[in-house]
Amino acid sequence: MTQDIYLNHGLILASVLFALGLFGVLARRNIIFVLLSIEVMLNAAGLVFVVAGAKWGQADGQVMFIFILAMAAAEVSVGLALMLRMYHILKTLDADAAGRMKG
Amino acid sequence: MSAVFYLSAFVAVAATVMVITRVNAVHALLYFIVSLLSIALIFFLLGAPFVAALEVIIYAGAIMVLFVFVIMLLNIGSEAAEKEKQLLSPQLWAGPALLSAVLLGEFIYVLGHGGARAGGIGIVGPRVVGISLLTKYVIGLELASMLLLAGLVGAYHLGRRQEAGRESGERS
Repeated sequence: MTQDIYLNHGLILASVLFALGLFGVLARRNIIFVLLSIEVMLNAAGLVFVVAGAKWGQADGQVMFIFILAMAAAEVSVGLALMLRMYHILKTLDADAAGRMKG
Repeated sequence: MSAVFYLSAFVAVAATVMVITRVNAVHALLYFIVSLLSIALIFFLLGAPFVAALEVIIYAGAIMVLFVFVIMLLNIGSEAAEKEKQLLSPQLWAGPALLSAVLLGEFIYVLGHGGARAGGIGIVGPRVVGISLLTKYVIGLELASMLLLAGLVGAYHLGRRQEAGRESGERS
């Protein structure tokens, strides 16, 4: 019984972290912080998978966490490359500066 | 053992709040690394030591180093030397150092009291995870490798230096 509470609180922690990450994405306009907040949200999602895997004692949750890790690595590499490109073209890191499209 | 869980959960939330409220990106990165370390400790307590190690090695080790590299690339110049002097001032590293000292104390406590087994949760070790990854989820593994390759090619394409023809808006 005590370990169920433990796991419920793990889920609560994950949702709090996810909400903080979502707030960061919505509230910050510097693109470095937007990327960091996305990392926070991905990490919270991974925490949910690991907590669920721990509840049933199965390895599937950890496998899903490894997939999330691979996805986060790919996302960060492309996102940071885009950020460098944007900085070279626009000379700023403000996400709103790139809000206007060309077409 | 549950006190350790709640303390590291508190450290994780506090560090994440500091991440999204900082002005300086390097400060935010330091706090984010602390947040990742505390979540790794939670993984360890939940009976997932392999994932805890991956969190520290890949997230806090590799992905955060990528962030640091890019931030350092963005401010080349005379301000960079001034900023590096500021990095040594205590007010920058005191907060993250305090939080990670809390985590270190918790970790030593957990190791001294029988590891994660004392929490009453069964440990799912790396062996089971590896077998599951290479049998049941092998298609997902292949897809993840393709995704990483696509990320590599995309980052190379976006990150290379632009050649002539940029002014006209054409890509060579």
